[in-house]
Amino acid sequence: MSAAAPRTDIRLEAPPPERQASLGAKLRREWRLASWPVRLSTLCLAVFYILALGSPVIAPYNPTRQYRSLPDCPPMALHLAAPSEWRRGFFYAYPMRMTDAVRRTYAEERGVRTWVHLFSRGHIFTTAPGAPPYFLLGSDALGRDLFSRIVYGSRVSMFIGILGVAITFSLGITIGALSGYVGGLLDNLIMRWSEIEMSLPSFYFLLALAAIIPSGMSTVKTFFMIVAIMSFIGWAGFARVIRGMTASVRSVPYVEAARALGASRWRILRRHVIPSVMGYAIVAATLSIPGFILGESALSLLGLGIQEPAASWGNLLAQAEDVHALAHYPWILLPGVFIFLAVMSFNFLGDHLRDRLDPSHLR
Amino acid sequence: MGKFIVKRVINMVPLLIGITFISFLVMSMVPGDFLSNLKMNPSVSPQMIAQMEAQFGLNQPLLVRYGKWLWAVVHLNLGISLTYRVSVLSLIGSRAVNTIILSAASMLFAWSLAIPIGIIVAVKQNSIWDRVLSFLAFFGMSVPNFFLAFLVMYLALRTGWFPVGGTYSVFYPQLDLWGKIADRINHLILPVMVLGTAGMASLMRLMRSQILEIKNSDFVRTARAKGLSERAVIYKHVLRNALNPFVTMAGYGLADLLGGAALVEAVMNLQGLGLLLLDAVRSLDVYLVMGSVLMGSVLLLVGNLLADIALVAVDPRVDFSSMESQ
Repeated sequence: MSAAAPRTDIRLEAPPPERQASLGAKLRREWRLASWPVRLSTLCLAVFYILALGSPVIAPYNPTRQYRSLPDCPPMALHLAAPSEWRRGFFYAYPMRMTDAVRRTYAEERGVRTWVHLFSRGHIFTTAPGAPPYFLLGSDALGRDLFSRIVYGSRVSMFIGILGVAITFSLGITIGALSGYVGGLLDNLIMRWSEIEMSLPSFYFLLALAAIIPSGMSTVKTFFMIVAIMSFIGWAGFARVIRGMTASVRSVPYVEAARALGASRWRILRRHVIPSVMGYAIVAATLSIPGFILGESALSLLGLGIQEPAASWGNLLAQAEDVHALAHYPWILLPGVFIFLAVMSFNFLGDHLRDRLDPSHLR
Repeated sequence: MGKFIVKRVINMVPLLIGITFISFLVMSMVPGDFLSNLKMNPSVSPQMIAQMEAQFGLNQPLLVRYGKWLWAVVHLNLGISLTYRVSVLSLIGSRAVNTIILSAASMLFAWSLAIPIGIIVAVKQNSIWDRVLSFLAFFGMSVPNFFLAFLVMYLALRTGWFPVGGTYSVFYPQLDLWGKIADRINHLILPVMVLGTAGMASLMRLMRSQILEIKNSDFVRTARAKGLSERAVIYKHVLRNALNPFVTMAGYGLADLLGGAALVEAVMNLQGLGLLLLDAVRSLDVYLVMGSVLMGSVLLLVGNLLADIALVAVDPRVDFSSMESQ
């Protein structure tokens, strides 16, 4: 038997170039994979971020403008005008007139119309300057438009989550990865500190910390103080998980190989350790956004966070603490619906991301 | 067992020292102090303020103040509330009992509903019940405690079925013992429902995923192959194993429970630890804040210890020696 002739039919070929799907195509694919609650949540969050970014345009009135003759006014119905009147406007409402100044009851004035103008004077919808206002979601005890206040309040709630997570995330991932990778005394110190932070009843601690915020501080500074306080409380749990994952990654063969090849510590951390924990981190980040939103709302609700006259969903809800107002003007609960929707959307999205990015939990 | 508990209790000491020191540090960063209000008050003489400063040690350095406070705490003296002018311990004691009652009742409520619902939903996976209840669980998990509290208060206002907030009625002192108990329970129903809902939702989800995971394991297949009834398989084999992470969760969930309780107390005006702390923070009552945080931490640590002990009781695979090494 002669030795087998060398095979010539094998050609060394570069593998076909991987199809790089465009971002649009990727997003379309993700959209198809998502269930309808996830899609609704995405839409809901998109709307909220549009509210937050476009507040001055979307809110029909200045959120601090007080219509003194219309306190605790209920939401007004919007009427579609007859086609013959479309020259004047498409929508109108009947202005409200107070019928009982003590109980604050209102009746529509059927004879008069207040026209709701679309896309005029820099607002999506608003009424003429001298005309009676149109309160889509009613007004508060000082006669301020609740819808405008909710729109402006969305800025606080929608950005506190992102900013807080960005800080917690970078703190947790840096400290956790360092602690897990370096080990030794540093690891020990960091972990003892985080244990103390985790044994604190977090909400109690949050309340105690909120006392640091001086009462006269500007809204923007207060906002950043709240973010800083909540990040200070929140990083520990996150860092511990990252540390555990890092410690287990440290001894896997590809990291040992990198070390054998002479890669520096920093390079290993950046190229191998951090990417391997990224999936978990993104999921954890999304799922921790609701915590920030709820924390800020709770603080503001209790009068320790964002202060009047600035609006946040939490301090808007504080009006409901008055039992009389709660019983007679239930629309003041609406900011709570917005908080609920935002929290639920982030929960659905985080849950979905976990299925997509971190399939280990499905098994 | 005894050795394990003693060791855990000793381990709590450095934790508590760390916790109180951080809180003390925080309280020292607070702009202005309690006396700045009194200083504005023309009817309070400067001598009196100087005397109070000396009494509460407000003009001494931080570490000295902390040391003094800690030394007093070791002797079970948590200091004097600057606003109420009574000992912090007497204030905290009754409030902590109320918070414990509220939290324990909520936990009981959540567990007694979450476990059976979780079982049903997991056994009938992908049925309409599973879908509806799982969706509702998401709903329950996402409703903020304080918002739900407002909603049930609105319900109470509209229907008059339940008292609107408060710990007990105005005529509470005139009631006999059973009347008092009934009155307290009547006031607890709504807060417990509010606080229990969130916990119930997440526990139900956990139960469901646990049972689904265990349902496909080898020993369950063996049990089925032996010819055991489906009921015996679920209750004797699946359920017992699924309960293990539940107990662990109970320990982890305690912090949330305490925090949720604080919010519900504040919104529904229940005389608990959380409301006390909130009032103390608002009036910058340093020792009362410290005492409340300390009390909250003790509740949390003791709760975690109890959860660990329960875990050993439920799961024979976990033993104390392995927990000590953690």
